[in-house]
Amino acid sequence: MIKNITCIICPKGCSLTAEINEGIVCVNGNTCERGKQYATDECLNPTRTVTSMVRVSNKCNCMVSVKTVKPIPKGKIFETMELIRGAEVCAPVSIGDVILEDVFGTQVIATKNIDR
Amino acid sequence: MIKHDLVIVGGGPAGMAAAVAAYDSGVKDVVIIDRDASLGGILQQCIHNGFGLHKLGEELTGPEYASVYEKKVRERNITIYNDMMVTCLTADKIVTAQGSSGILKIQAKAVILAMGCRERSRGALNICGTRPAGIYSAGTAQKLMNCEGYSVGKKVVILGSGDIGLIMARRMTLEGAKVEAVCEIMPYSGGLTRNIVQCLEDYNIPLYLSHTVAEIHGQKRLEGVTIAQVDENRRIIENTKRFIACDTLLLSVGLIPENELTKEAGIPIDNITNGAIVDENRQTLVPGIFACGNVLQVHDLVDYVSDEAELAGNGAAQYILNGGCKGDSVCTEAGNGVRYVLPQRVNTGTGKDVSLFLRVTKPYGKVRFTVKSSENVLAKAVRIKAAPGEMEKITIKADLLNNITEPITVELEEV
Repeated sequence: MIKNITCIICPKGCSLTAEINEGIVCVNGNTCERGKQYATDECLNPTRTVTSMVRVSNKCNCMVSVKTVKPIPKGKIFETMELIRGAEVCAPVSIGDVILEDVFGTQVIATKNIDR
Repeated sequence: MIKHDLVIVGGGPAGMAAAVAAYDSGVKDVVIIDRDASLGGILQQCIHNGFGLHKLGEELTGPEYASVYEKKVRERNITIYNDMMVTCLTADKIVTAQGSSGILKIQAKAVILAMGCRERSRGALNICGTRPAGIYSAGTAQKLMNCEGYSVGKKVVILGSGDIGLIMARRMTLEGAKVEAVCEIMPYSGGLTRNIVQCLEDYNIPLYLSHTVAEIHGQKRLEGVTIAQVDENRRIIENTKRFIACDTLLLSVGLIPENELTKEAGIPIDNITNGAIVDENRQTLVPGIFACGNVLQVHDLVDYVSDEAELAGNGAAQYILNGGCKGDSVCTEAGNGVRYVLPQRVNTGTGKDVSLFLRVTKPYGKVRFTVKSSENVLAKAVRIKAAPGEMEKITIKADLLNNITEPITVELEEV
């Protein structure tokens, strides 16, 4: 089976084709190694980084942005969002602070500094 | 009136990178003035990832990218005025600002304009219908959602397929809203291909090309929109009209460089970029006033904003320290298939490579760009595809710029 994939690793957006044969993926059209890896993952185990925000409970109208440290399986995006929605933090928050441990094999961390 | 060597208007990615570059080039008296409470500009609300791949070699979110530069600014002895808005700029480089620190009047030796851009609004589009609540520019909705934590709407139509609109389609979907449609009046998307994939296709959000919003319905809150297909002259085709119920309409219909100060100072503006006319150091036609970032040309990547701001920062430092470039210059021209070329002027014989930034007029397959001055070929570049939404960069080697006297043109041919 041949799959047409648009690479999302960088803004070039290369058009890739991936041919899957017994679990082995043959990639064409990539202009870099990361593109090849992306197409392979996209066929076998597609993943995405999820970014969202979490309410800062001790500050009015204040949100801290967060992300998954590593991409999570694409099929788990909405479950990850549910977990993130349930989280709450107290200021001060620093970039890299762990907000949620162990979300589909990775962590959710803060991506913004919030002063007290 | 107080005196400073360099005043930078705007503390977003452009202003911060320019400040750091100027400081590191030897100008130690640098001031950043920003109207927001914190540095970072628009990056603070861009919580998605994908920033910094080119410039920093890692994939960061907007606030993280901003914090990298904010740290650099704070490590240097750079003065920051937050909550201060520059209200006047003159050609002799007097900057007036007002806000939390009262009124500030600064005589600068050089000024860098880094005010960014703003979104086109409904008023610029002439959409018929009522004026209910629930119509936002995509960036406003992004700020309300990502910085202040408001839910903006539940059933959404997005007009325009610029990157902010695409990013917001995904963002609202993740927060539980149903995005019914993204309508794009052009026959192609204005956003990056990767955003079409990861923001729309991932979530099965339909993108209707050559479609627009013909009418807005609802009294207090938006109740729906009529969308319609358009012909090749962008006129609505009557029998294609259909109603979509929604409570929210996001507009992602273009960005306008915020050049009110620039115009007030009498700085000539390029009619296509809507930013100042500049040379390769990003100096405007008023000596000592520089411009960079989205106030100069709307970028797709913040990485290129930072690069451009460094050129402006270095240029301003050279101007302050030794008067800047004084040699001959030639202008640049957009040839076949090219919408604009920036910088609009290039100083010759400076001994430095010069990169030209440009956008094409429409989507193309494989193309070859040729950069020429009269009959001299200065650079060639081949691209597998080219689209108006993706800025191209072509570099001319320093030694080829030594003896040219004729305008530099960039042309595209399909290969």
